Amino acid sequence: MKRDWPLYEVFIRGKRGLNHVHVGSLHAPDDAFAVAHARDVYTRRNEGVSIWVVRADAITASSPDEKDPLFAPSGDKVYRHPTFYEIPADVPHM
Amino acid sequence: MTTTPVEPPEAALQAAFDATVAHHDRIEPRDWMPEGYRKTLIRQIAQHAHSEIIGMQPEGNWISRAPSLRRKAILLAKVQDEAGHGLYLYSAAETLGVSRDELVELLLSGRQKYSSIFNYPTLSYADVGTIGWLVDGAAICNQVPLCRTSYGPYGRAMIRICKEESFHQRQGFELLMTMMRGTGEQRAMVQESVDRFWWPSLMMFGPPDDKSPNSEQSMAWGIKRNSNDELRQKFVDMTVPQAKALGVTLPDPELRWNEERGHHDFGQPDWAELTAVIRGNGPCNAQRMAHRRKAHEDGAWVREAASAFAARNEAARTAAKGLK
Ligand SMILES: [Fe+2]
Ligand SMILES: [Fe+2]
Repeated sequence: MKRDWPLYEVFIRGKRGLNHVHVGSLHAPDDAFAVAHARDVYTRRNEGVSIWVVRADAITASSPDEKDPLFAPSGDKVYRHPTFYEIPADVPHM
Repeated sequence: MTTTPVEPPEAALQAAFDATVAHHDRIEPRDWMPEGYRKTLIRQIAQHAHSEIIGMQPEGNWISRAPSLRRKAILLAKVQDEAGHGLYLYSAAETLGVSRDELVELLLSGRQKYSSIFNYPTLSYADVGTIGWLVDGAAICNQVPLCRTSYGPYGRAMIRICKEESFHQRQGFELLMTMMRGTGEQRAMVQESVDRFWWPSLMMFGPPDDKSPNSEQSMAWGIKRNSNDELRQKFVDMTVPQAKALGVTLPDPELRWNEERGHHDFGQPDWAELTAVIRGNGPCNAQRMAHRRKAHEDGAWVREAASAFAARNEAARTAAKGLK
């Protein structure tokens, strides 16, 4: 069987003011086709105002699985959250 | 902090996997998963994808003969959605380590199946409405629980699909309602179509639970959420009041409300027929496969031209870089 077209990951901005969000992937022979196909596959109902496509093999990911020790250091730093601090209820605008 | 790059033993991996599934958390592509889970999912998602692709044919048959521009535009959009559903699902399957070419080949060679319902012909225009109402309706019953399936990419594809299926079912029901407000001949067309599609629709949920050997493991893995019979019951209960609103009769003499159970009792489809259709002896199996193969072959030059165009541009870009 001949080689598959490269895989692209598709990111869509739902409307102005929002981030591009990953919506899925598709195969295309090149970048321009990838955008055209992304429009047809992922935005048939006004789901987006802007599309990013990026070749899946160009993405660098944090680790081989989703339970990454990379994130362990942030697990025990509760003091980084506003709820860590007790403020009397009658102090306004806090 | 340092981490040792040693693979944990299989038992630990299995335990982590089991815990994730037990917590109704999602398994993601790069997580460890049992080989059986991966294989079962690839088959399930691929066969679902094939069904969406083959599912374009019965209704596609009526696009050129739709009775108005409005109906034609609706039908085109619906059939185009089904192509989209196939693509979402193929992408989800590929995250499990199978390639698109392999998946296409599995369909074209007949080594993997698609839903038996698409092996029935669409003999009248009313079938377009009946398919939207009953077939997409049954698909919705099957698919809504899969939005919570344990495999992340599959669940996300299902959420996207379910959003679009609602349009499919409603356009079908509205089409039938319009015909039921028409002439006696049109009403008869609707009834005749419902008579043909009712039993095959019930078969879409698969064989009865006591004859569905793989269900238990799939339930434990969270890639199946309800039993075949549960979903079939749900579909019947949902459909009866819709049939009443439409003014059609569902062709089952045993169909009646059971006060005690709080559900409808109903007759069993002809399971021998389902087996025959799955084995390849349905009314349209050969035609559907021949059409799919031809469409794939007829499209080959487009794919080749696109690849050649991409290769030429790439070569030109590389050459330009070299000149700088
Ligand atoms: Fe679909
Ligand atoms: Fe559909």
